[in-house]
Amino acid sequence: MRRRTALGYGAAALGAMGLTLFVGWWRVDGPGAPEAVASLPLPLTEMDFRLTDHEGQPVGPETLVGRPTMVFFGFTFCPDVCPTTLSDISGWLDALGEDAGQMNVVFITVDPDRDTVEAMAEYVGYFHPAIRGWTGAQDQIARAAEGFRASYELVPTDSGDYTMNHTASVFLFDAAGGFVSMIDYHEPREFAVPKIRRALEEETEGAT
Amino acid sequence: MTKLTIPMLATLTTLALTSGVALAGSEDVVVDDAWARASIGVNRPGAAYMTIHNTGDEAVTLTGISTPLAMMPEIHESKTNAEGVSSMAPVGEITIAPGEAAELAPGGLHAMLMQLQQPMIEGDSFPLTLSFSDGGDVTVDVPILGIAARGPEG
Repeated sequence: MRRRTALGYGAAALGAMGLTLFVGWWRVDGPGAPEAVASLPLPLTEMDFRLTDHEGQPVGPETLVGRPTMVFFGFTFCPDVCPTTLSDISGWLDALGEDAGQMNVVFITVDPDRDTVEAMAEYVGYFHPAIRGWTGAQDQIARAAEGFRASYELVPTDSGDYTMNHTASVFLFDAAGGFVSMIDYHEPREFAVPKIRRALEEETEGAT
Repeated sequence: MTKLTIPMLATLTTLALTSGVALAGSEDVVVDDAWARASIGVNRPGAAYMTIHNTGDEAVTLTGISTPLAMMPEIHESKTNAEGVSSMAPVGEITIAPGEAAELAPGGLHAMLMQLQQPMIEGDSFPLTLSFSDGGDVTVDVPILGIAARGPEG
């Protein structure tokens, strides 16, 4: 009798554990998973958008798979945050030395109406040569931002012009296209460079 | 390297003429580390940075800026929120307490130079006048560094 009770408790405990696992699966990976609430970027292999790089070549997320990748959003009419981000990144790439040559570094505009292919080409030419500038149709920029879980918004200014609010973080992916980490705006270089090295090393691990 | 064009000479003359008067009002304001990034043409707004020290015993309030370089110069502030989204908006007046300084630096306060009248060329400089609530003006000469410059040292 006593033994039977113990078995009963055991079964109940197992059942409870199983239920917990099932509920966990349902809510995280299963049909109950929340959509679009996740703030982490999708793997590059699950993104879908068509853009044009500053040399006029068609590009998409698949262009980036195979090498570690650094992606950030901005616009060239941005006088403060974007040139600062671009010069920060140029500094990080300088610090990485030759390793920088193994990476994709992409600046995607959130202002394609003003940032034509020519405008992007002229702009990126002033920064580290590894930096590529991508632009394209509004709907494709929107799809790209959605994949990276980045946001942007057009804000009219007093002068009749407009500025863009946008996610200023830098996204890091490994060579397989998996999201590794994010470098926040203004993060000191001593934190940024090791994060980039981590993305570079994941490539090595993936290859072995 | 620097070509002395007619507008530049005019600018320099203006600077020489006004610098004596410039300190008449806010004589306790000292500006250092002024710099700006070169622009690509005149279509995009420029930005200038500096540290404005109040060395006096009373608070000073910066009410506006002007420069022959841009039709619409304004102090703006960039902010990045918890979600990592950056935005930029004009700030009104900036009051600097005695002994304190207002730092205009990348990613924060900056002199936003809208409607540029001429391109900002690396190696050139331009005058920027800060106006204070006591009626005083301070004019600083802002050196133009490269477009990828990160600070007053380049």
